Amino acid sequence: MSDAVVPHRVEPSAPRARAGTGWIKRALDSDIFYSFRRSRMTMVAAAVTVLFFLLALFASQLAVQNPFDPAQLQLMNSRISPLWTADGQSPFLLGTDEQGRDVFSAILYGLRISLVVGVLGVIFAGALGITLGLIAGYVGGAVDGLIMRIADVQLTFPAILIALLVNGVAKSVFGNRLDAMSTLAVLVVAIGLSFWVQYARTVRGSVMVEKNKDYVAAAQLIGLPAPKIIFRHVLPNTMGPILVIATINLALAVITEATLSFLGAGMPDTMPSLGTLIRIGNNYLFAGEWWIVAFPGIALAGLILSINLLGDWLRDALNPKLR
Amino acid sequence: MLAFTLRRAIQAIGVMIAVGVIAFSMFRFAGDPVNQIVSLDTPAAEREAVRKSLGLDDPVPVQFARYFVNAAQFKFGVSYQFRQPVSNLLMERMPATLELAACATVFAMVFGILMGVYSALRRDTILTKFFQAVSLIGISLPTFLIGILLIYLFSVTLGWLPSFGRGDVVRIGWWTTGLLTLSGLKALIMPSITLGLFQMTLIMRLVRAEMLEVLRTDYIRFARARGLTTRAIHFGHALKNTLVPVITVAGLQFGSVIAFAIITETVFQWPGMGLLFVQAVQNVDIPIMAAYLLMVSLIFVTINLIVDILYTVVDPRLRSTISRPA
Repeated sequence: MSDAVVPHRVEPSAPRARAGTGWIKRALDSDIFYSFRRSRMTMVAAAVTVLFFLLALFASQLAVQNPFDPAQLQLMNSRISPLWTADGQSPFLLGTDEQGRDVFSAILYGLRISLVVGVLGVIFAGALGITLGLIAGYVGGAVDGLIMRIADVQLTFPAILIALLVNGVAKSVFGNRLDAMSTLAVLVVAIGLSFWVQYARTVRGSVMVEKNKDYVAAAQLIGLPAPKIIFRHVLPNTMGPILVIATINLALAVITEATLSFLGAGMPDTMPSLGTLIRIGNNYLFAGEWWIVAFPGIALAGLILSINLLGDWLRDALNPKLR
Repeated sequence: MLAFTLRRAIQAIGVMIAVGVIAFSMFRFAGDPVNQIVSLDTPAAEREAVRKSLGLDDPVPVQFARYFVNAAQFKFGVSYQFRQPVSNLLMERMPATLELAACATVFAMVFGILMGVYSALRRDTILTKFFQAVSLIGISLPTFLIGILLIYLFSVTLGWLPSFGRGDVVRIGWWTTGLLTLSGLKALIMPSITLGLFQMTLIMRLVRAEMLEVLRTDYIRFARARGLTTRAIHFGHALKNTLVPVITVAGLQFGSVIAFAIITETVFQWPGMGLLFVQAVQNVDIPIMAAYLLMVSLIFVTINLIVDILYTVVDPRLRSTISRPA
């Protein structure tokens, strides 16, 4: 985003807060926060992202029903249009679907699942990629060659294809009737295995630069074991780019989960994520019941757009060349 | 040059062997192939016979070699769901996917280049802002949402375009084409836009960035000094030089267009390889999944190889840097 590119900051006329007044002061006084305040689009995106996370967190308090509990659904209430239309009924703000499920409640719970899968997928991919990248960069030689070869090959294949394959294989190994929680775990693994390459490459690159610096030589000289040097000393110095990749990958992971669920290879109808809701709603589009698909779609698009904007801003803000 | 080409070719073969191992292990170890073929109450002796006829008792390396030899002849076994040879199913559906991918790429190239050039030349107009908004949407909206949106607009509300299928197709030899009938062409419009939108955004951003870069160079300034018309400078000199990277990217992206066709084909119920693959994943039809993986990898690896080689042909400066390992 061009508006996130900030010229070098102007020194504030007031004296800076004294050191030692706590990390909040330090954070508020940092260049990153300054660049954050300069970009209105980023602030809106951050607010929307936080809002989505809060909605997901308090889903059970905000929803009028638990959409995963069949006992709470009544067929009497099926296919009600949104509240502001002529046929709208309270308390169904965004209408109901075929099974009498409140669309608003389903979105809240679906959002929760989408975010859980996305965040866990990013963490899994990050852990795998960072570990392999650290090993490749620090050890070098044949190990490095092997890991990076695998990464190269995997990079030629789109993530969605790999995720679909992992999913299909998991289904065939565990049988076709996985329960909802295991499906969630399979999705996390599928996303993790599709997105680790970028972390590994970035970390490997930074480690190759860092490991020739004096502080690593010093750590080696005082006899620290290699794992300790890698994780305690080298890793913290590679965190900036990783944070950027993780943010952008969160959007990609949410898209991937939604796509898998939309294709019928993800979350089941009994425990729908946003993607599943869109797949269900898509069947009623021709009957004129647009709200069943439109609102989950808007929620998904809004979530991805705001995370993407945040990621773009973070990339520019953490890039010293652009300051 | 020859050494470089050879090394790249050997690498490509290595990748294909690695993918072959994965495809074979999926085929062989993910679930028991015998169980998928026989019914639940088949006696054990008959199961044993099936096992033997499939050659599952042979040592694993022998099985792998056989799988490989068969795959090289496009024999991928029999689909569990359709009880038909997988290669027939794939061949039947390949024209639909390739046609869709080609139309999407053409759409992406034409509109991407036009929008990119316009937004580089007229930087602060409303239309440029609009193009940039479109490009943000193209990157942020998941493919299937775009498809659903188009269907709602043009099929449900306006009733202009069909929402599923290929329309009427004409058979030419083993190839089927929708390009020769009106309903086939109409059916192609929305899937092509859905599939091509992401590539279009990519190309638009690339063309814009390249154009801005080129317009600052000395030879453009010299061309202006020579008194050439703006049109000749922009399109004869500047655009021509931006096209090399654009064609490269479009070529490399063709592979992922085919992979992303999985989603578009599901939204529009387009009878291509992608839809076949999704149905295979849903129904755990391993032979189709393995075959699709092999086919798509072959397409990817071939395109990558061609682009790599063409690159050095087009731009001699790259030859020395690429062929020497860093």
